[in-house]
Order: sequence, then structure tokens, then C-alpha cells
Amino acid sequence: MKSTVRYAFLKSLPVMFGYIFLGIAFGILMQQAGFPVWMSLFVSLIVYAGSMQFVLVTLLSSGASVLLTAAMTLLINSRHIFYGLSFVEKFKAMGKRYFYMIFSLTDETYSVLCSVKPEDKAEKKQAMFLIALFDQAYWVAGSVIGAAVGGVLPFDTTGIDFSMTALFVVIFLEQWLDAKSHIPAVVGLVSGVSFLLLLGADNFILPSLIVTVTVLLLCRRQIEGKPEVSENAD
Amino acid sequence: MPIDWKYAVLLILTAALVTLCIRAVPFLLFGRERKMPDAAAYLGNILPAAMMATLVVYCLRSIHLTQFPSGIAELISVAVVAGLHLWRRNTLLSIAGGTICYMILVQNVFIV
Repeated sequence: MKSTVRYAFLKSLPVMFGYIFLGIAFGILMQQAGFPVWMSLFVSLIVYAGSMQFVLVTLLSSGASVLLTAAMTLLINSRHIFYGLSFVEKFKAMGKRYFYMIFSLTDETYSVLCSVKPEDKAEKKQAMFLIALFDQAYWVAGSVIGAAVGGVLPFDTTGIDFSMTALFVVIFLEQWLDAKSHIPAVVGLVSGVSFLLLLGADNFILPSLIVTVTVLLLCRRQIEGKPEVSENAD
Repeated sequence: MPIDWKYAVLLILTAALVTLCIRAVPFLLFGRERKMPDAAAYLGNILPAAMMATLVVYCLRSIHLTQFPSGIAELISVAVVAGLHLWRRNTLLSIAGGTICYMILVQNVFIV
């Protein structure tokens, strides 16, 4: 049991710094917009979606409609639709924790869960749950700190959010080194960059993911059939 | 400006509900007793690799290739993360090293 907690904590550690400081940034934004501390806590507890929460502050203070809020949320978080695909069977086996696992499937938690290696069965379920829980705890703690103490941090934290990028780079490399076929990674990269250049930063991710999924479905035989496939096969 | 609590809570609940629904889609489709279709299970297996690549691009999306020095700090720091990781394969070291490198660069060299 103790080793499971330790394992989960170590796995969640890369998310800790990013989430605490991004959470603080969110809390500061809420505080500056005139919202009380409990509201930041409330949002981070029940919405729990990084970039969407930042947009939510703008929506709240500009008096946006419910419909606009729903549409913006749908647009910004649409990529999350694909995350569950990798965890349907695993979460199903998690009993009471099933709902929380689905609710808490952020970019970062998804990534860390993808990097959990097969272990003892019961321990693995508990570890996955704890990783998800620790991650949200960091986010909530950051939000409350930011809202409560605002901008009085003792050192310049500009750039600390890069730790999230670094986390994705590391997990990308881990998957690359372990993968039988590099086609999925290459397709994701090429599609992402192409659509970014084509459609710009605000609109690229959903079209990019749809094309990625389509290509991966079409290339199934190549990806599953030829494990030693070369990297430039696109 | 006085805050309209009911309105604020309604908006927050909307964002929460929509986010949850998006995350729940695969579970609503393939959860419970239903067996996961072969193609969906296959996607679930291979998608993480493609998704990580997309998430890296997503994180770097605000780089403007035409505006110097936009992107240099990011590219150097991603290279540091990758280099450290291929060298030691220690997740924390790679992330800490790359992040510290990035913070030094944007705070002192390519000031944003």
C-alpha cells in the first residue's frame, strides 16, 4: 500500500510544479476579476480543465451567455474526447473510482496514466486513482494559493509552465522508444504541425486529431502488421 | 462591480458539465457491459503516441515563426529535455532541466 502511494506520488511529481503554478495563475486571474477565493476553489474542484478555466474567467467577467460558455467549452476541450478510448477497459475495472477517473482525465493526467507500466493488478488500479487525485490536488491547491495571496510570490516564475510541455516531450519520447511502430507518432506530429500552419493556433487541434484518427484507422494493417516498419512510412 | 452569484455559478456548472460530457463520450459509447469494437480498442492502443505528439505541438502553438526571437527559447528547451531524457531516461531530471533552461532563457535572454 505504502509503495503504491509512493509510486503514484513519484509519477505525479512532474505534474506538480506545472499544476501548482498554473493553478496560481488562474487564482490570480480570478482574484483580479473580483471573485472570492471560494469561487476559484469551486471552479478547480468541479470544472478542472486547465486552459478552459482561464477562458472561463473572461466569460464570467464579460457576462457571456450559457450558450456561448457551452460552445467555448466544447471547442477548447474537444480533444479530450479521444482520451477515454485508451482507458475504457481499465477504468471499468475500477469500481467506485470509475466516475472520478473519467471526470479527472485532463491532458496531464491522461499523459501520466499512459506512462504507467503494467504492474500488479490491484496496485495498478489504486496507483492510477491516486495519480489522478494527486494531480487535481496540486491544481486545486495552486488555485487557492493564487486567489488568496495573489501576486506576492517570492521569485520570478515566468516560464515555469514550460514543465507541462516538457512532460509531454518526455512521454512522447518514452512512447517512441517503446513503440513497435512509429507511424502513430509521426502521423500525430505531421498532422499537428500541418494543421497548425494551415489553420493557426486557435483552430488547429480538432481537425488535426480527426485527420490523425482517420489516417490511423486507414493504416491499421501497416501499423499492426509490420512491427519493424520504417519511420518515414507516413 | 457586484457579482451575480446565480449567474456565475450557472456558468461554472455549464463549463463543468460540458467538460465532463466530452471526457465521458468513449465511456458512454463503449462502457458498461458493451464490448469495445475492435477498431476502437485498436485506436485506444495506438492513440497515446499520436496524442503526445499533438500535445507537444499544442503547447508550442503560440510560436510565431516569422517573429524573431519567438520560438528559440522553446526549441532550445525542448532539445534540452529530449537530450537529457535520451541520456539518462530520468523523467524528473529531463523535465526539471528543460524547465530551468526555459526559465533562464525567457527571464534573461529572450525576454518575453
